[in-house]
Amino acid sequence: MKHLLSTRDLDRATAVRILDLAEDMAHTADREVKKLPALRGRTVVNLFFEDSTRTRLSFESAAKRLSADVITFSAKGSSVSKGESLKDTAQTLAAMGADAIVVRHPDSGAAHQLAHAGWIDAAVLNAGDGTHEHPTQALLDAYTLRARHFGAHSRGRDLAGLRVAIVGDILHSRVARSNVWLLTALGAEVHLVAPRTLQPHGMQSWPVTVHEHLDDALSLALDAVMMLRIQTERMHAAFFPSAREYAREWGLTAERFARLGPDTMVMHPGPMNRGLEISSAAADSSRSTVLDQVTNGVSIRMAVLYLLAAGSSGEPA
Amino acid sequence: MVARTVLHDADITRALRRIAHEIVESRRGDGRLVLLGIPTRGTVLAERLYTLIEEFDPGIAEWGSLDVTMYRDDLARSATRMPAPTVIPGSGVDESIVVLVDDVLYSGRTIRAALDAIVDHGRPRAVRLAVLVDRGHRELPIRADFVGKNIPSATSERVSVRLIETDGVDEVTIEP
Amino acid sequence: MTGLLIQGASLFGGHSADIRVRDGVIAAVGSLSPELGERTIDAAGLVAVPGLVDLHTHLREPGGEASETVLTGTRAAAAGGFTAVHAMANTSPVADTAGVVEQVQRLGERHGYATVRPIGAVTVGLEGRQLAEIGAMAHSSAAVRVFSDDGFCVHDPLLMRRALEYVATFGGVIAQHAQEPRLTEGAQMNESALSGELGLTGWPAVAEEAIIARDVLLAQHVGARLHVCHLSTAGSVEVVRWAKARGIHVTAEVTPHHLLLTEELARGYDPRFKVNPPLRRDDDVHALRQALADGTIDIVATDHAPHPDEAKQCTWAEAANGMVGLESALSVVQLAMVETGLLDWAGVARVLSTTPAAIGKLAGYDAPLEVGSAAHVTLVEPEARRTWSTEHLHGRSVNTPYTGRELPGRVVHTVHGGIVTVHDGVLGEAESIAALAKEALRG
Repeated sequence: MKHLLSTRDLDRATAVRILDLAEDMAHTADREVKKLPALRGRTVVNLFFEDSTRTRLSFESAAKRLSADVITFSAKGSSVSKGESLKDTAQTLAAMGADAIVVRHPDSGAAHQLAHAGWIDAAVLNAGDGTHEHPTQALLDAYTLRARHFGAHSRGRDLAGLRVAIVGDILHSRVARSNVWLLTALGAEVHLVAPRTLQPHGMQSWPVTVHEHLDDALSLALDAVMMLRIQTERMHAAFFPSAREYAREWGLTAERFARLGPDTMVMHPGPMNRGLEISSAAADSSRSTVLDQVTNGVSIRMAVLYLLAAGSSGEPA
Repeated sequence: MVARTVLHDADITRALRRIAHEIVESRRGDGRLVLLGIPTRGTVLAERLYTLIEEFDPGIAEWGSLDVTMYRDDLARSATRMPAPTVIPGSGVDESIVVLVDDVLYSGRTIRAALDAIVDHGRPRAVRLAVLVDRGHRELPIRADFVGKNIPSATSERVSVRLIETDGVDEVTIEP
Repeated sequence: MTGLLIQGASLFGGHSADIRVRDGVIAAVGSLSPELGERTIDAAGLVAVPGLVDLHTHLREPGGEASETVLTGTRAAAAGGFTAVHAMANTSPVADTAGVVEQVQRLGERHGYATVRPIGAVTVGLEGRQLAEIGAMAHSSAAVRVFSDDGFCVHDPLLMRRALEYVATFGGVIAQHAQEPRLTEGAQMNESALSGELGLTGWPAVAEEAIIARDVLLAQHVGARLHVCHLSTAGSVEVVRWAKARGIHVTAEVTPHHLLLTEELARGYDPRFKVNPPLRRDDDVHALRQALADGTIDIVATDHAPHPDEAKQCTWAEAANGMVGLESALSVVQLAMVETGLLDWAGVARVLSTTPAAIGKLAGYDAPLEVGSAAHVTLVEPEARRTWSTEHLHGRSVNTPYTGRELPGRVVHTVHGGIVTVHDGVLGEAESIAALAKEALRG
């Protein structure tokens, strides 16, 4: 693997391999020394053109646990806000010897361009590009699903037979896109739930089942329901009339949560809007995986950074 | 030229039996033995040694697997290697006598990596090394405590260990 | 001016003949012998078509000289076989006054590579609020006949109605950039399953079709003439076909890139493929080709839109819309229309020369390659094959979408009003072309 830009490029075998490796990475947390020397002498640059403290910290922590030198470059207060282009910034960082660049950018395709425009040679890891993809989030979601479902017998397994509903603003969600490709590649059955206004054009051609009413999806025996963050500014663009109406129609209210099966996981990529897309009853329940997702994020990012940056070329031995 | 078999299945069984006895004899006092195989074939050998020790001295040993991929000194020079799982027995390595087990001892670099890896898991009382074959050509000051067979070889030659669990047959061959 | 004899060209791809040019005019066509002192061009194996006319060119001067100038743009035009270009109004300052259009027209005249016909803005500053001084531009020495806010849609229906009525007074036409602005806020590419997958905001076909439908009804209601810029969807073709069947005075153009390229190119997020209107689906490309062949779409216009590197070496969302197209237009039309059997070379002459000239009320193109007509001649080698690269470009910008593609045909010679602007594929020197143009003006 030379870059990780999208989960669309991941086949089942590669995805399972990443999840297995993440499991190995997770075990290092139980050791006396929690660091691995795999990326000693390597430089990982976190290039964040968009504020996201939690994702940035997760990547920083992953890179440091692999003993990499970490340079974090946030758009705020830097030359980026003064109009320097993505190209110039990337070339500057590559000149500093970056072996891998973790990039988050508000524009779809930014990571793809860094990887393929011929500006730099470093491995590129997409940490979220516009409304396109967020592959490590999907990988950590898959990891969380697998770990909760199969426990100690997870290794080597895919998600065949699991049924997952993803609910909310699919149109603007890179998390939803990455999850659709990854979870289906791993054999899960994916259901998408959103009002028509928040469905991307052509979503019917995706390998999913589409629902417009949340209760339709909840009546299925779901293994997990993943609630997407809704951005209130979408109201002003007439995607839905009001927060109250959204919560009533598409929110995981306490009443809906009570109707879920006893083993149905409640997932959320965070940060949550309590009372909007998710009720506190759901968010704080033992079936909520929100904190697992955060923990697992570090292991997944260690696995991916290792695969991208440890060897001399991207191809597996 | 064709491969020449230097150890047959019976030779391997005999060698392992002898090593198992030597490991137990070398154990001074009441030290707990932790046999850690280096994947892939070292892990198989560690389990076999454990089974043998268990036959004549039950309960004194545990076994596991120690992956050293991320500790290798050539990690950055070669294509990305997929690590194998590391499994440390439940009681850990602290104060135990760790016996590293591998199939072939050659340059010594894998063992160097294993020594680094083991200290990240704790502080053993002692670390020993058991190998099925020592083919010489060391590049580091490393020596095995228990050796199945010394096989003098040229660097151009290829020494292959095959085991039933991984390859369907027990044999050690050497080919030009 | 010395005489010129073009020998053995295949007229419109048909029979071969010699063409004699005297004083910027075609003096004779037939089997002719060179006269003493006459310059000859061996055109054996070449197809002669009338000089190409582009109804939609961005020359960027004044204000955008980093991307293109009248000189560099008309050099690119000549290299592509064009002898006339219509310069879009979205310059800085905007071409919304007589002063600006006269300046642009004079620059074209001085450089001599091609006739430059300025297009006037419909509204002041292209802001869509108040009509520009259309009469003053029409009556200026530039004699503007085409008006457009291209880059922006004249979306206010009342303003569009008034503009259609008012330009009719001066024999002009409104060239509408059909894009409903609210339906295309933040739009980045064609709205489709692919835009959904790539996470790029969609530009729905309906945003173009709804404006065209409204405008043809307005044109019918006020009895005016409408021209639709860069029509890009199968649905737009249907609307125009319907309007023409009802006798509405509407003409339509398609760009070369919409005849060849599809939205799939957005997959790599390479901003060279970002253009407005966006590249559409395969079905649209097919419908546009058919419509151009059957006359529903009248002309091909390049929408040559030069941009500096920095406007394309950035993320897709940050990148400017547009592609350069003057040098590649004829090759792309040959590939999409001639080699598919949809148009012959007479058809190419119709869609790339005589009809655009007629829409722009440009004289000298109504009797192409006939005795007495202005000597605007383009000689093409259809058998040539070129792997397209930026080396084939002559303007100031290199944002071509065709790099690496094999394109057929090559413009070998271009003759603009008797002046050989391109000879054997080589552009004439700027000083000598300017001197010849000055001499020709003096008569």
